[in-house]
Amino acid sequence: MAECHPVGFQWVTEAKARGATVIHVDPRFTRTSAVADLHLPIRAGTDIVFLGALINHVISTESYFHDYVVAYTNAATLVHEDFRDTEDLDGLFSGYDGATGHYDTTSWAYQEPEDGAVAKAGGNEHGSSESARSAGEEHGSGGPALEHSVVLRDETLQDPRCVFQILKRHYSRYTPQMVADVCGIPEEDFLKVAKALCDNSGRDKTTMFCYAVGWTQHTVGAQMIRTSAILQLLLGNVGRPGGGIMALRGHASIQGSTDIPTLFNLLPGYLPMPKVGDHETFEDYIASITSKDAKGFWANADAYMVSLMKSWFGEHATKDNNWALDLLPRLTGAHGTYQTTMAMLDDEVEGYFVLGQNPAVGSAHGTLQRDALRHLKWLVVRDLQLVETATFWKDSPEVASGEWRPEDIDTEVFFFPAASHAEKAGTFTQTQRLLQWRHKAVNPPGDAQSELEFFFEVGKRIRARLAGSTEERDRALLAMTWDYPTDAEGEIDPAAVLAEINGRDADGQLLSAYTQMKADGSTSGGCWIYTGVFADGINHAADRVPGRDQNPIAAQWGWAWPANRRVLYNRASADPEGKPWSERKKLIWWDAESGKWTGDDVPDFPPDKDPSFRPEEGTGGPDGIAGDDPFVMMADGKGWLYAPKGMVDGPLPTHYESQESPVHNPLYAVQANPTRVIFERKDNLFAPSPPAPGSDVYPFVFTIARLTEHHTAGGMSRWLPYLSELQPEMFCEVSPELAAERGLENAGWATIVSPRAVIEARVLVTDRMKPLRINGKIVHQIGMPYHWGVGNEAVISGDSANDLLGVVLDANTQIQEGKLGSCDIVAGRRPRGEALDRLLAEYQSRAGVTAATGTQRPHSVDTQGDSH
Amino acid sequence: MGLSPLEWPVVRQLRTGDRLGRGPAVTSARTRATEPRTSTADRVVQSVCPYCAVGCGQRIFVKDEKVVQIEGDKDSPISRGRLCPKGSASEQLVNSPTRPKQVLYRKPGGTDWEPMDRDRAIDLVVDRFLDTHRRTWVDRDEQGRRLRRTMGIASLGGATLDNEENYLIKKLFTAAGAIQIENQARI
Repeated sequence: MAECHPVGFQWVTEAKARGATVIHVDPRFTRTSAVADLHLPIRAGTDIVFLGALINHVISTESYFHDYVVAYTNAATLVHEDFRDTEDLDGLFSGYDGATGHYDTTSWAYQEPEDGAVAKAGGNEHGSSESARSAGEEHGSGGPALEHSVVLRDETLQDPRCVFQILKRHYSRYTPQMVADVCGIPEEDFLKVAKALCDNSGRDKTTMFCYAVGWTQHTVGAQMIRTSAILQLLLGNVGRPGGGIMALRGHASIQGSTDIPTLFNLLPGYLPMPKVGDHETFEDYIASITSKDAKGFWANADAYMVSLMKSWFGEHATKDNNWALDLLPRLTGAHGTYQTTMAMLDDEVEGYFVLGQNPAVGSAHGTLQRDALRHLKWLVVRDLQLVETATFWKDSPEVASGEWRPEDIDTEVFFFPAASHAEKAGTFTQTQRLLQWRHKAVNPPGDAQSELEFFFEVGKRIRARLAGSTEERDRALLAMTWDYPTDAEGEIDPAAVLAEINGRDADGQLLSAYTQMKADGSTSGGCWIYTGVFADGINHAADRVPGRDQNPIAAQWGWAWPANRRVLYNRASADPEGKPWSERKKLIWWDAESGKWTGDDVPDFPPDKDPSFRPEEGTGGPDGIAGDDPFVMMADGKGWLYAPKGMVDGPLPTHYESQESPVHNPLYAVQANPTRVIFERKDNLFAPSPPAPGSDVYPFVFTIARLTEHHTAGGMSRWLPYLSELQPEMFCEVSPELAAERGLENAGWATIVSPRAVIEARVLVTDRMKPLRINGKIVHQIGMPYHWGVGNEAVISGDSANDLLGVVLDANTQIQEGKLGSCDIVAGRRPRGEALDRLLAEYQSRAGVTAATGTQRPHSVDTQGDSH
Repeated sequence: MGLSPLEWPVVRQLRTGDRLGRGPAVTSARTRATEPRTSTADRVVQSVCPYCAVGCGQRIFVKDEKVVQIEGDKDSPISRGRLCPKGSASEQLVNSPTRPKQVLYRKPGGTDWEPMDRDRAIDLVVDRFLDTHRRTWVDRDEQGRRLRRTMGIASLGGATLDNEENYLIKKLFTAAGAIQIENQARI
């Protein structure tokens, strides 16, 4: 955090000065480790064992926050009797289908009250379908649908089928000894963390987890984060000040880019893109998202969707055309950025827009990415500088090695200079969901223009060309609203776009809250969770009351979604009766006199709902929320220790080894996540993992991370002299032990070989890297930054660490395993030209690597017992 | 040039009481006349750092319609005036001499860039967009179900795009039936 979010880290150092304990768990020793009370080097990819053992510790020592857990989580809820755990099936859950590598998630559901039937909640979609459309990402603002809100509960937590008992059993083998054997963290260090965690959680204290989004870049990425969520719920650290799980996102508006997504599977506000066949009518579409019988605000998804379609298509969105759902394209599977890369290689994509992004350096498997660009007919790159993606045809490593000649590359390339953040107005949404408006300082230079202006112009010209067309393919383009107000120079007004996103009522007045949205077509709004940013006609993203003139919540600086609320689910900061759990940790509370929730933050709860209120059983929507249901976006009002829906690879996080690993999974017979997304191709090879022969050819773990002085693939840092001078050269960090073993010299050169690429880097021999003892065997890890790329335009260049990666994805999110892989390291610079290819091939041959290596999944499993 | 003995450094030091020679005694007239760029700016604009997602407040100092300095915004309750090395270097991001100021075009098989008029370049992109759109459009699948899309056009955006930009991009591409619209948020 100190390394990649230095200014945010000031709050950690301030907390430390006031007595907080700071614990850093990371394979590398970074600037964070330097100031932490405790740094634990961990074997990359084993976080679920570490966190799972903490869960086991919290349960077995009865350190959980009992009253919170019983009242606010689903610990007491009974799970269906057909459910089988990984402890029963040696690493698989019930419902696994070996033919597809996906789960039928039906048996993971809650127990139904009457006949014991499995809930067909919101239509129970098969895991393969959920995975393909990355359905888990729909839960960016609320939980998965349940058909209704009625559950069976045992508040003594003793029923063997209640979530608490299932959880206890699931993690019973995640012991301190297991942490030592799998993660390489000594038992005594683990116990120090466990003690600090328990001592600093409860009524008077809270613990916070911060993770950089590298946690998502694993084949078990989403489940790593789930493990931390379970732990935080057990300790009562969610919805309370100083608690929670902080996703430290790495880009100025990466939160905004999922809220208002440029993602294949989402529409704004976490509404799903429609899928072929399943979403023919508006009713089908809404039924797949939510049910009016489920609790909470997600039950009104119909109003959010109709309002979105009114914003996009105006009068052309009517009840008769399914509120313009009829005009939208349909998904047929996963169409993520890596599937798109493969489609380019197969010549299925003709044109590609790359906007402020540098996949030739920043995406996994650079060689494959650059090859994909070579297959395009036309490529549009818009950026501040001539990034490697724009110049791949003239200075990529493949051109440098003589493998490709520019004359043979048929891709037509357009480079458009982009406007910088200072040259356009608009909002970023930072990592705590806060929208902050940037005022425009100056005009962009020369022909540079913003994406907003460029796409407004492209849209206008497309519509002008198509005017009068009656072709079906042109209908939506002509029907969409595109009449934005412009200034004297004809440029689009960004505030008008934000106002459209906010939404309007039937009279054209700006809405103040998403609760005003209706499903009858009388309201509009381009992203329901952002409704209120323009409440009362004021652009609240531009609110700028200085922090020193406000309380620590600072509600008048920017605007946070939803409803300018700064701590989500903050009803949980008060006890079931509505009193703060402690004076020290109070945030909002029930004021019986006024009959309202009040406090320092905007209450995340119906404002006048009495804590003692109990709805009639089965009531759905916001009315179904009981006075002690803090999780208002979850279908049962509770925080989910166990996820009966929503995850495709299991209702509970389970340790699997990474796609490439130096060890055999010590916990289960299943080595890697059985649902991981695999592309079995000759240009996407993987190293064997033990006990397969050849696994010793790539014996080391490489792990990739960032540096303070650079930014991602370097487009905004390697062109700046200041930053280039501070961190001029690609390097790798190795321990003195590994350096001795391989003859590596500090400041000398090393060549790193994976099954995909050979790169070179300067060597940093340092105690910051620790050899780990894993099950009695030493495992070496090599740390590398990924900011460099090969090209002629930047101030500094160097080999790209991401070239070492293969493409294998988390099935929940379609995100690549980008943090680690297997490699060898030898002293000296890498060969050039054909000799480089020969070295790569020689390693592959020695390891016996084929396209099929590492692509195996377990066979099917008998739902009642043994795996086969 | 003649310098009065009173202006000799050692005399200056004694005269001004600056015994260690670290204060006014060692300033030149030019130093004394120098003012920080932040005080001579024509205006100051509140902005937000474009690098990581902490969202530090920035103050952009503008003189003669040029950005002359970018500093931390002490009003921000998030950053309290601080910036990291990247945020502190963002004046170079804006004023970098290597920033291309015109549209560049590389023809198929070309070995170098050619400058191109922006208006013409946008027209050529629109030509290609519509041509690919027309040829690769698929209205229904083999079972007659609605597809309404093209798999011939894709996009990948960085996460330094504004919300308003992402909104227009998603709206336009979705209306065109292009579904392979992706972002750094998946990476």
